[in-house]
Amino acid sequence: MTLLYIPERRAATPWHRLDPLTRLTVGVATMLAAVLLGGVICPLLLASVAVVLPAALAGVLRDVLRTGLLLALPLAVSVVIVNVLFATGTTEQGIAIAAEVVVRVLTMAAAAVLFYATTRPSELVASLQYHGASPRLTFVIHNGVAMIPRLAERAREVTAAQRARGLDTEGSWPRRARGVLAVAAPTVLGAVREVEARTLALETRAFARPGSRTVLWPPHDTAGQRVARWGILVALLVLFVARISGAPLPC
Amino acid sequence: MLTFRDVSYRYAGASRDCLHAVSLDVPAGRVTGLVGPSGAGKSTLCLIAGGLAPRVIGGRLIGEMRLDDEDVSGWPMHRLAEHVTSGLQDPAGQLSLVADTVFDEVAFGPANLGLRRDEILERASTAMRQVGIESLAGRDPRLLSGGQQQLVILAGLMAMRPRVLVLDEPVAHLDARGTREVLDAVAALSGTGTAVLMAEQRTSALASVADSLALVAGGNIVAQGSVAEVLDDAATVALGVEPLPEQRLRMRLRAAGLDPALLDAAPQDPAPLEPRA
Repeated sequence: MTLLYIPERRAATPWHRLDPLTRLTVGVATMLAAVLLGGVICPLLLASVAVVLPAALAGVLRDVLRTGLLLALPLAVSVVIVNVLFATGTTEQGIAIAAEVVVRVLTMAAAAVLFYATTRPSELVASLQYHGASPRLTFVIHNGVAMIPRLAERAREVTAAQRARGLDTEGSWPRRARGVLAVAAPTVLGAVREVEARTLALETRAFARPGSRTVLWPPHDTAGQRVARWGILVALLVLFVARISGAPLPC
Repeated sequence: MLTFRDVSYRYAGASRDCLHAVSLDVPAGRVTGLVGPSGAGKSTLCLIAGGLAPRVIGGRLIGEMRLDDEDVSGWPMHRLAEHVTSGLQDPAGQLSLVADTVFDEVAFGPANLGLRRDEILERASTAMRQVGIESLAGRDPRLLSGGQQQLVILAGLMAMRPRVLVLDEPVAHLDARGTREVLDAVAALSGTGTAVLMAEQRTSALASVADSLALVAGGNIVAQGSVAEVLDDAATVALGVEPLPEQRLRMRLRAAGLDPALLDAAPQDPAPLEPRA
């Protein structure tokens, strides 16, 4: 499964050239809108415009669809089983509800993967700092994004070390469960220690200094993008109000 | 110059002090080394000197810490970091992780200081040149060797142009080549007028750059002086401090009933071998 940043294939694509804050706004708004929108057609249209089109522009369509499917698959399968096999109404009703939920989950997963696959964590941090976010907040966000591959790498190292010392990570399920415990504890404790050490290292480089700091490579923000970001937020707000007031949706 | 006067420190939650009324001078343009057995208090002294204890890790500090005759005991961490910076043992654990290139990693500290962009670029370039890592500028710091990463960290600290640089076992994780590169960089840095305080278990590494040594044991500074004065003291070896190779040889000669002065009589610069016919 691809969970790391996918570098630009050719020269910078129009999508990659956008300010990361704009990409983040599109991603978060798509995920929220997927929840707010009803039916199957609306979320599909939303996914086409806000996920498929940008992913194609960025040259990562295949990766986004594949990873999005893999992420959504476990939840989608369970939703289908529960709604079709154990539906309180007719089977057709169960299928309709399952389809609605699956489309929403797929759209949300693909939107998250698109953002993750086209935005370097450092790019996002620089953009957020450029727009006035606190360094501590950006560091927390960055570590949230960068933590998954780092933890996976650490878990691989710990697994190799434990296997070298005779830990059996294959065979029956009870054995594997014992192996998971022996890997999980050092992985988590090691990660905590690493965070402590990194905190000291950041403090000594004036990371906690109040006031503005210099963004070496400012993001490519434009007036058009600023208008688009505000437009997306307003549209989301309108959708939310329409949804709670019971107004009919366009599709 | 960084000065400690009667500094005692107790970690948060501890029942007794870890350092007891320590007094030490770290003069500008010189490397002051800290030697001593494990658990003696070297790293704690480094944490205090770098301002991290008690400001970041907590605990209770008594005594006075002065920077060029100004009492800095009450300064907040971010203010002290503009003048005193610290390097720790594990190079990978010190990377900011928000930089994709070595250049950005080195520029991270100056950028935090809010300096003008052109000054940051100049400082980062100069620091990388001083440490000899210009060729790594575009590389991902996370993918470098431990020695290279430690040089990147060192360059990042130098780019902040500190008056005092504190290094806690900076070569602990490095091979011989990485050790040499870091020590050369430290020596070059002290030549620019920066005061360097460096704790190190590997005595031979420390002796090659230090101008003076302080022997730490049981939370006290039990001896101070030149490298030779401190390391030649029998009490130093008795505390478990690794002797220098020549010192070890003298001890073995003495134990074997031979006169260690034999070493002084040996030619320092042997004549070159005759070429074979």
